[in-house]
Amino acid sequence: MKHQIRLNVNGDDYELLVDPWRTLNEVLREDLNLTGTKLGCGVGDCGACTVLVDGKSVSSCITLAVAVDGKKIETVEGLAASGEKLHPIQESFIEKGAIQCGFCTAGMEMSALYLLRKNPSPTEEEIREGLSGHLCRCTGYNQIVEAIADAADRMKTDRGKGVKP
Amino acid sequence: MQTYAIVGKNVPRNDAEAKARGAALYTDDLKLPGMLVGRILRSPVAHARIKHIDVSKALALPGVKCVITGEDTPKVKYGNWRLFPDTQDEYPLAVDKVRFIGDEVAAVAALDADAAAEALDLIEVEYEELPGLFDTGAATQEGAPVIHEYCPNNISVNRKIQYGDIDKGFSESDYIREDTFHVHAVSHAYLEPCSSLAQVDLDGRITLWTSTQTPYIVQCLLASTLGMRENDVRVIKPFVGGGFGGKMELRPFEFCAAFLAKKTGRPVKFTLNREEEFLTGRRRHAMTLHSKVGFKKDGTLMAKDLKIRLDGGAYNAMGPTATFLCGNFGAMLYRYPNYRFLGEHVYTNKPPASAMRGFGAPQSLYATEVQMNMAAEELGIDPVEIRLKNAQVTGDKIPDVATISSCAFKESIQKVAEMSDWKNKRKNLKPGQGIGIGCYSFISGGVFNWFNTQFPFSAAEIRAYADGTVHYLTMASDIGQGSDTVLKQILAEELGLRMEDIRITSADTAMTPQADLGSWGSRVTLMAGNAILDAAKKLKAQLFGAVSARFNLNVIYELECKDGRVQAKGRPEKGVSFGEAVAMVQKANRGEQVVVRGAYTPRDKGLVTPAFSFGAQVAEVEVDQETGVASVKQMWTAHDCGTVINPKSVEGQLNGSIQMGLGYALSEQFVMKDGQTLTTNFLDYKMPSALDMPPSKVVHIDSYEPEGPMGAKEAGEGLVSPTAPAIAHAVHDATGYWCKDLPITPEKILDGMKQNKK
Repeated sequence: MKHQIRLNVNGDDYELLVDPWRTLNEVLREDLNLTGTKLGCGVGDCGACTVLVDGKSVSSCITLAVAVDGKKIETVEGLAASGEKLHPIQESFIEKGAIQCGFCTAGMEMSALYLLRKNPSPTEEEIREGLSGHLCRCTGYNQIVEAIADAADRMKTDRGKGVKP
Repeated sequence: MQTYAIVGKNVPRNDAEAKARGAALYTDDLKLPGMLVGRILRSPVAHARIKHIDVSKALALPGVKCVITGEDTPKVKYGNWRLFPDTQDEYPLAVDKVRFIGDEVAAVAALDADAAAEALDLIEVEYEELPGLFDTGAATQEGAPVIHEYCPNNISVNRKIQYGDIDKGFSESDYIREDTFHVHAVSHAYLEPCSSLAQVDLDGRITLWTSTQTPYIVQCLLASTLGMRENDVRVIKPFVGGGFGGKMELRPFEFCAAFLAKKTGRPVKFTLNREEEFLTGRRRHAMTLHSKVGFKKDGTLMAKDLKIRLDGGAYNAMGPTATFLCGNFGAMLYRYPNYRFLGEHVYTNKPPASAMRGFGAPQSLYATEVQMNMAAEELGIDPVEIRLKNAQVTGDKIPDVATISSCAFKESIQKVAEMSDWKNKRKNLKPGQGIGIGCYSFISGGVFNWFNTQFPFSAAEIRAYADGTVHYLTMASDIGQGSDTVLKQILAEELGLRMEDIRITSADTAMTPQADLGSWGSRVTLMAGNAILDAAKKLKAQLFGAVSARFNLNVIYELECKDGRVQAKGRPEKGVSFGEAVAMVQKANRGEQVVVRGAYTPRDKGLVTPAFSFGAQVAEVEVDQETGVASVKQMWTAHDCGTVINPKSVEGQLNGSIQMGLGYALSEQFVMKDGQTLTTNFLDYKMPSALDMPPSKVVHIDSYEPEGPMGAKEAGEGLVSPTAPAIAHAVHDATGYWCKDLPITPEKILDGMKQNKK
């Protein structure tokens, strides 16, 4: 039997009927057409599917949609609304060469957001630990680590200007 | 050194914003109305005859629209080595026999993924099991079971290279050593699982969106396996989440998507899961390498005799190329006056190996470099010095195989020694610390036309507009390495335009000029880049003619495209904007659109490649004496990739190579039992994470490749080779243990340390 759930995704409210076995990843990608969140392994090992649920980073591929009923979901599409100015994390990823094939990028950015909200001035070691649940085969991570450190600086400057991260 | 406006600059990738926003569409992100979901049934046994398949129960399941087996298909074999049809040994779905665990047996198209998965369980297959062959030794024994009927000894390909007088070389050697190395299979582990979506047009033609490195190869082989004409198949490459060699052939799910779309009249999409990727995806060849090498007392190389057996798995795939390239790379880096190579590609009942970043080089150079370090130690010569003594230089030849047109190898070795403070570090290491060196050479694309293409190896079309923009069309495939950006940089530089003035359409076989062989063997920058320059030259001739006439320029004037203008060189007043120049040409041709085409095919460049790159890497390692765990503390790299078009991209390639090289050396491996892959997820298959990456310093040596566009050559692939031998050397330095059997696990290190104590 399908379950009725409510999700708030990137500020938009959705009411959905879902099978109890459907994952949040499937619902985001297939039902809501939010394909920015990727599926790399399906078992919570690679981090490509990372989204924030009530502010916490989770693997959407091993999170059931019914388990997040009534919760606030943030995905990569919510970082900067289409056409609008990029989020500092996105700007840093672009400038520092942190993006190659791009398949791990959305998950990396969401974990970076989670990390920088929790810890606005992370050390390199803390950034690497924050990424330890993510795999990337292209970049060797170093440019991603650099990008997150750079984003931390940008977000501090933005905060000084009164911009909400 | 020439100065450039755009080439050599850290231009951000043109797809980076779309990727950062999550707006870049990969194949699995695509959806079409009425789309069905496809799944593949795979063999659970390693070697068997198929006695009978019953699909009736699966077909009867609600939601299932179609089930196919090999018997339903045209039964046309395929393989990338189209020039030699004998090597084409694969059917899209098994016919009569299965040859590895995971071999494709049947395919289903259903309304949703749940119905497709359930249908797989309802297909009944009766197998008559045959003995399985799981290593090259068993496969090549007298009387071994035959895996492919056409190949009674299971050795499907052998390649030889020989020059000089090998016996004389050894007889004149003062020091000879022979070693056998085993290197293991590893996974490409691209983050994007393979996906394909096929649609049949209203007129019966096929469009396939697919995660591929080689749209042209997929187009041609899909056409032949479907019994269609090539022009009736259109292959489009959406964004691709990495390939590394694992997506450069026609794959069964591509065929099944197209075939099922034809049968059902509805779009069909297949997306593999990670388990299928690990279980059945291509992998780097495991090899046994027997190398005999002779030196003079002073370290001068005299001869090398190299025999390699590749564990090819169940099908040839790109094995024939890897076999030959192993022999080529065996003769690279150093001057071997006498050289002999025999490579044999052996069938086994395992998932097929194929091209993977380095294409034979990581394996072949592991043997070369470890052996070089062993020899240096025994001869009492510094490993840096013995390399400098024998290093190849510009103009060196491998007889009948290749000529090296640019080579800054010696400079790379010297630079990496200086960067790493090699001499002092070696003297001042604490127990458990070690430092080691490894080097590489790599190709800038292949010359040998195994695909038998009737088109140029790469082509470019430029459409120029009076508004000052151009539209650049190429079949070259950006799979994440950033080739679209690099190619746009070359074009922008050549036409004096800005990046934003160029629209690019790439990798659509019906829209972009025929042809391009795809992204593999580090061919794109050099080949597609040269095709651009050829097209741009033709465009400039037209623009220059118009501007010359307009300003009544003396015939001795040189013209240029610069800063958005077409003008007499250094005389902006004697010229017009790029757009105005285009408008003038268009007027002169009664309104006809200004379109030019260019092409590149390497000619008179030997058998292997138009250009070689080189480099050297040093690794510093610490080994825990209690646990045997090796951790890499620092990497230094100096390399020669010709002109650097985009430094940040090259550094990204280097860092990614170190990640892959580190995994190859220390942690990644397929654990197999009787043909069954046991490591089918990222927990068991241990790829380095952000915490495992060492700091890394790099210097690009200033060099210029005459055959490359603006002097550029390979940058993304060769760097994966030096890491494992450098680490192996450093581990030896730290512990006394020489690893001849990758990966270098803590168990092996502890065993090796125990042996040394005895």
